[in-house]
Amino acid sequence: MSKTVALTGNLACAHAMRQINPDVVAAYPITPQTTIVEEFSTFVANGQVDTEYVTVESEHSAMSACVGASAAGSRVITATSSQGLALMWEILYIASALRLPIVMHNVNRTLAGPINIHCDHQDSMGARDSGWIQIHCENAQEAYDTTIQAIRIAEDNRVRLPVLVCLDGFIISHAIDRLDMLDDPEVKKFVGEFEPAISMLDPEEPITVGPFDGLHGQFFEFRRAQELATLGSLPVIEEIGKEYGAVSGRPYGLIEEYKLDDAEIAIVVLGSTAGTTRVVVDSLRADGVKAGLLKIRSFRPFPIKQITDALSGVKAVAVLDRSLSPGAIGAPVFQEVRSALYDSESRVPIINFIYGLGGRDVSMGLIKEAYTVLSDIVKDGQVKQTINYLGLRE
Amino acid sequence: MSWDIKNLKKWKVGDHPAGALIPTGGNAVEYKTGGWRSEKPRWIEEKCTHCMICWVFCPDTSIEVKESKMLGIDYDHCKGCGICAEECPTDAIVMEEEEK
Repeated sequence: MSKTVALTGNLACAHAMRQINPDVVAAYPITPQTTIVEEFSTFVANGQVDTEYVTVESEHSAMSACVGASAAGSRVITATSSQGLALMWEILYIASALRLPIVMHNVNRTLAGPINIHCDHQDSMGARDSGWIQIHCENAQEAYDTTIQAIRIAEDNRVRLPVLVCLDGFIISHAIDRLDMLDDPEVKKFVGEFEPAISMLDPEEPITVGPFDGLHGQFFEFRRAQELATLGSLPVIEEIGKEYGAVSGRPYGLIEEYKLDDAEIAIVVLGSTAGTTRVVVDSLRADGVKAGLLKIRSFRPFPIKQITDALSGVKAVAVLDRSLSPGAIGAPVFQEVRSALYDSESRVPIINFIYGLGGRDVSMGLIKEAYTVLSDIVKDGQVKQTINYLGLRE
Repeated sequence: MSWDIKNLKKWKVGDHPAGALIPTGGNAVEYKTGGWRSEKPRWIEEKCTHCMICWVFCPDTSIEVKESKMLGIDYDHCKGCGICAEECPTDAIVMEEEEK
């Protein structure tokens, strides 16, 4: 039995953590993530969970404590944002290289400067090569559901990688949303008992964690093995999303298509903007425009086949990126979608809209503008400008 | 658990346990690091009272001890930090320039 509640995205994540009841949480507060760990600390203080809550002096220490706890054989969750994720940088790579199944919320906020606490994806985009699985959520419901699934994905023996659960700062984290929560025993049953693949604390079977690789070592082979594990997580994410659907009635995949079947023009986007785009699609459909939406849920691993299949029938595509990579050919999501489509037979025209940096609001009107540009491409048969900026004063 | 790394250089992707894990403990002894030194400690046996302070302070395990007696220094692992010489209360360890 599930119950319908009204919670902010952050409180939804904190309640998912309460239901998971992890062994260790080591975290440092940062806007807009703070209320996740704040709320969770009250669950610890009230004795509602058995978690060892480690208060640390920085995010670098938070992730380091998580690495130690996970290597010791604990189920570990933490959360961060922006500058906090940046301060964790070197330990992010160590967590994934050691194949530790840590789950972390990243409440997306831009990176300074100038200092700005609002939403964009530049923080998690910077962590895209760190070897963490990266899943983006559209709303509080998805943030709650994905937290629970992330435990299973991370700990699956075919995967054994850390998972970053991304939710848009303020838009999801602080807005009160309607969502359905599973009962505590259902979550307990779904995540199951943690059976750690390694434990540093077993004196009967001593192990060495994080050794020096040496001059003639295996580094290249480890990195490739990590890549194989990341790619191998694609079917696991799908399988667990389906299994979660059987329990909750809300199945999940690697991507989500909305009215794409007969669409001529499509927008590809991550996170909360998918919700706004969905409404715009409905409005355009009412006017007879064949618009569709492709939401990418799993950004790492990048589901190449699912994305190219989903976009195979459209005549023009726009990728919306909430980040900017100075000096590159467009922003990260665009780069990857275009790269994937390069090998497809249709080689559909594709453009990039960079939007919403530093929390710049993205309205239905702006998204409609993007669809209008796509309609013009279909009509004229040519792309006037590949890299575009939505809602920028210039 | 057995851990045979004779052919380590030939190991391919997936041959090594995931996450660079070594399924044994206490294996730092197998990796010789003495070549890093610029200064080396010299033990003066006559002055030594076998108080074990150097053994306690050595950040590696380079003070060789048997049955509460100092035996000498493990130059395969000593990195020449000089902490033993600094801490020795009877000046029974002195640092000297390493000669190659």
